[in-house]
Amino acid sequence: METLELKQQADTKSKARSISGSEAVLEAFLEEGVDTIFGYPGGAIMPIYDALYDYNEKLKHILVRHEQGAIHAAQGYARASGDVGVVFATSGPGATNLVTGLADAMIDSTPVVCITGQVFAHLLGTDAFQETDVINITTPVTKWNFQVTDATEIPSVLAKAFYIARSGRPGPVLIDITKNAQLQQFNYEGYKKCEHIRSYRPKPIVRKEYIAEAAKLINAAEKPFVIFGQGIILGNAEKEFKNFIEKSGIPAAWTIMGMSALPTDHPLGVGMLGMHGNYGPNVLTNECDVLIAVGMRFDDRVTGRLDKYAKQAKVVHLDIDPAEIDKNVKATVPVWGDCKETLPLLTELIEQKVYPSWIQRFKEFQQKEEDKVIKDELNPSTDILTMGEVIKELNALTKGDAIIVTDVGQHQMVTCRYAKFNHSRSNITSGGLGTMGFALPAAIGAAYGDPKRKTVAVIGDGGFQMTLQELGTIMQFKPDVKILILNNQFLGMVRQWQQLFHEKRYSFVDITSPDFVQVAKGFGIPGKSITKREDLVSSLKEMLDHKGSFLLEVMVGKENNVFPMVPQGRGVAEIVLSREEV
Amino acid sequence: MLKQEYTITVYTENQIGLLNRIAIIFSRRKINVESLNTSPSEVDSVHRFTIVINETEDVVRKLCRQIEKQVEVLKAYYNTNEEIVWQELALYKVPTDIIAAEVKVERLLREHGAKAVVIRKDYTVFEVAGHREETDNLIKVLEPFGLIEFVRSARVAIIKDSDGFHEKLKEFEYREPGENAAENEYLNENEKVFSM
Ligand SMILES: Cc1ncc(C[n+]2csc(CCOP(=O)(O)OP(=O)(O)O)c2C)c(N)n1
Repeated sequence: METLELKQQADTKSKARSISGSEAVLEAFLEEGVDTIFGYPGGAIMPIYDALYDYNEKLKHILVRHEQGAIHAAQGYARASGDVGVVFATSGPGATNLVTGLADAMIDSTPVVCITGQVFAHLLGTDAFQETDVINITTPVTKWNFQVTDATEIPSVLAKAFYIARSGRPGPVLIDITKNAQLQQFNYEGYKKCEHIRSYRPKPIVRKEYIAEAAKLINAAEKPFVIFGQGIILGNAEKEFKNFIEKSGIPAAWTIMGMSALPTDHPLGVGMLGMHGNYGPNVLTNECDVLIAVGMRFDDRVTGRLDKYAKQAKVVHLDIDPAEIDKNVKATVPVWGDCKETLPLLTELIEQKVYPSWIQRFKEFQQKEEDKVIKDELNPSTDILTMGEVIKELNALTKGDAIIVTDVGQHQMVTCRYAKFNHSRSNITSGGLGTMGFALPAAIGAAYGDPKRKTVAVIGDGGFQMTLQELGTIMQFKPDVKILILNNQFLGMVRQWQQLFHEKRYSFVDITSPDFVQVAKGFGIPGKSITKREDLVSSLKEMLDHKGSFLLEVMVGKENNVFPMVPQGRGVAEIVLSREEV
Repeated sequence: MLKQEYTITVYTENQIGLLNRIAIIFSRRKINVESLNTSPSEVDSVHRFTIVINETEDVVRKLCRQIEKQVEVLKAYYNTNEEIVWQELALYKVPTDIIAAEVKVERLLREHGAKAVVIRKDYTVFEVAGHREETDNLIKVLEPFGLIEFVRSARVAIIKDSDGFHEKLKEFEYREPGENAAENEYLNENEKVFSM
């Protein structure tokens, strides 16, 4: 026994070799299955970039044009692929440029590992060139962060970083590595993946008695309603979820983050929740008797006024994060755990059922919404193009198989309202933070995360101007990204609010744009701009069929509004279908 | 729900930066921390935070969940004052000549359980350990006699019906923690869950 151990020790010793901290970072990436890095070099991360020079064949590095672009790309990569997105940035301004993306990844639970360079350890706290306190700046927007000052820590810290980023409720992790640690040679004894941290419990223990309690409520319900979020996608529980609703026969609505976890045309799918969600799901939230929330967190954009939210219903809340239970909406029965484990247990205990008259209620509301909103949006009676009809034609061409990445604003809401999805991980959007400028870099990341599918970025004229420098990244590395700009010549969503709630006092929402087609051309990306309906389908087709990236600008109605809408401060049942009702 | 004083006890790894992570959970929600103490705990290598805030139970429970969510936090408990034994330490600096001259002062100090820590020609430093009211009272008593300096420490507290953290930690060490380490242990108290 003892001799065996000694022998094993000798074995690892003999395997040990001297490498630098920088090489240790790249070795860790290989061990964790990383294939693509989004990054931007600079002084404090130069040793890592130097090491990267020799890893060129094993690790693809995409040189973005701004660190915000790097992290959004990593987010897009993670959301499309389900793997951890990885970022390199230098200290100081490089690191602070990551903050928006970290906040976005934090609130949308996206697994990302960022490595930032930092000044030499002996300079910490001296206001050295490009020194910022990255750890403290990023603490509120990371699931975990850590500063490494000694290379020997790198293998275990990176193992922890990947484990924390991807396990439990995923999130962004930032590791700040001082330059001396990157340069330091040390005795590398191989990489050991992290599987357990004693102070960290990624998944709560599943309590069967509460699953039984939940099943009892569901089985006794007459008007049960399922609402689901991204938890299903993050937990890879799409199949388990489908089984659950198909056996239960319960109508199900998605949050913007949960969209595509269930194919959008599933017979039990009744649409989107929230401020610009569908009519039925919002109103009937306040009519159901049992509300079953799966992997969602009752964001205020979903609930509207909390004291008018589902007060009549018993609430079953399935979530992996204990802090979400009772945070906004009190659960009658909390089902804490990974929904991949809890859903099958629940499915087993529920009765096979159908609710024809209850589902009929959803259909009635759907019809009203068709008549008052959807018909005009998808088949407008004027010559002016609407955002909705663009998405309708896009659906017809992609058949629901594309990844659609949206920016933030009216086009985002319209796209999420009308886009069709057959596959999970298809709707990539900045849900919790609402970060304008997200779409273009995230689409680049998505194209690397799942190159087999087509990636279409739908962006407003405002948001596109926030990160359009990433066209340079497309030019250089040639990911296939279709860019669809829906140009209403306004900061549309803000304009809508000013029109509805500020007596049309349009305060700085009138935004002028450059000639986007010319801009794209400057980056070697072909493009086209259209204003007429007769050009729409052919142009969309041209964009989708083009080998490589393509920019299509569609000029749409300037002052169109997104409806339905739950005005801020009102209950979900007070959702309105038109301007007159606001 | 009524606001009252709660003492939050947090067992953590000893990690740089964790103090900030915990502090911002309160500051982000604009919750005033009345007192905060960090110290070793009964378990080697495990740290113990003692935090006092004035809030409703609902808010305190949510805060504890947010605290427990931090990767390096092992466990957070919250207790009312009835459920803990607690002390704060106060130091008082007073001119020595006045104390020497006034017989009354000596009696007052003894009544308040004050102990002299340092006696110098120019001043004397007394210490009192006790509850907030007790240490407050002595300020009032000493003010007329030229109280030069006063300082009070953060609260430290022992949870009356806790068995300590040794056994719990063992569970945390396992890959699959037992019921004790579960976040949802309060579920055992049914009325807290089925409150509708
Ligand atoms: C970084 C950032 N700044 C400001 C906002 C506020 N905001 C939300 S939507 C919006 C207008 C977006 O305009 P545009 O990109 O043209 O899209 P549209 O609403 O017209 O579709 C603004 C300014 C934001 N979400 N993100």
